Amino acid sequence: MAVPKSQPVEIHAHAMDNLRYIRGTMERAGSFTAVPGLGGVLMGSTALVTAWIATSPLGVDHWMTIWTIECAIGVLVGVAAAALKARRLQVPLLRGPGRKFIAGFAPAIFAGAALTIVLHDAGIFWYLPGIWLLLYGTAVLSAGWGSVAAVPVMGVCFMAVGLLALLRPDLPRNVLLAAGFGGLHIIFGSIIAVKHGG
Amino acid sequence: MSEAAPVSAPAGAQKLDRLVHERLRLGILSALSVNESLAFNELKKLLDTTDGNLSVHARKLEEAGYISCAKSFEGRLPKTEYRITSLGRKGLERYLDHMEALIQAMKDR
Repeated sequence: MAVPKSQPVEIHAHAMDNLRYIRGTMERAGSFTAVPGLGGVLMGSTALVTAWIATSPLGVDHWMTIWTIECAIGVLVGVAAAALKARRLQVPLLRGPGRKFIAGFAPAIFAGAALTIVLHDAGIFWYLPGIWLLLYGTAVLSAGWGSVAAVPVMGVCFMAVGLLALLRPDLPRNVLLAAGFGGLHIIFGSIIAVKHGG
Repeated sequence: MSEAAPVSAPAGAQKLDRLVHERLRLGILSALSVNESLAFNELKKLLDTTDGNLSVHARKLEEAGYISCAKSFEGRLPKTEYRITSLGRKGLERYLDHMEALIQAMKDR
């Protein structure tokens, strides 16, 4: 009598253990493949347009507003494109590798936002392009370890452009932002789209 | 006795796909389900197993049509790459459903 009663409990525990094993294996095996290549190209294109608009001599606040809007557009495009790609590839966006990607991405972006507010209030604008590029590159690099190889390489390139912008604040800021957020997104977005399915 | 849950644990266990149920084969399918493809050595390292063990179990999955295998050369080195098939993905999903049903049946008791 005791034997049949204990058996279902063992199977139940075994089922739980199997589910844990499957989840663990998926998390260790998964690279975040939902990095949107075509979304990156689109983000780069909007950044190029923004850089062109931002060259109009209407003052620093106007310049800040334009790039803030571009940031919001970039986030929307990036998230939407990643969600579409994740659905197409049948991979979860907010679990496993996707969650690791976001966890790696968020801290540097948060630091960038905080520094932007502080430097804006202090009236120091010239370092912002370098900080944005450097910290965006840091975010992409740290998140990209769990993704396809092109992603961390893109992060390093962003960091290099950011460093250049910080060391040479005399260089035209819109050109550097266009090279980074425009050029690098388009180049690496195309590579990811061609090699990793969209 | 007749009040057993619709999917009683022993009955559910009998319906399990034995091909997927084996631990290493379950690992192979789980790993491939979140990757477009994985090389033999990547799978071996990930699942912490031996060449022979992985070969045997991968072949069983391949024979069942759950995974596909492509052999090529990278320079002079042979490379074996595995992908999960739609049949394999369905098999894994079915297995997950079974596991969840077993757990649910126990909770309902």
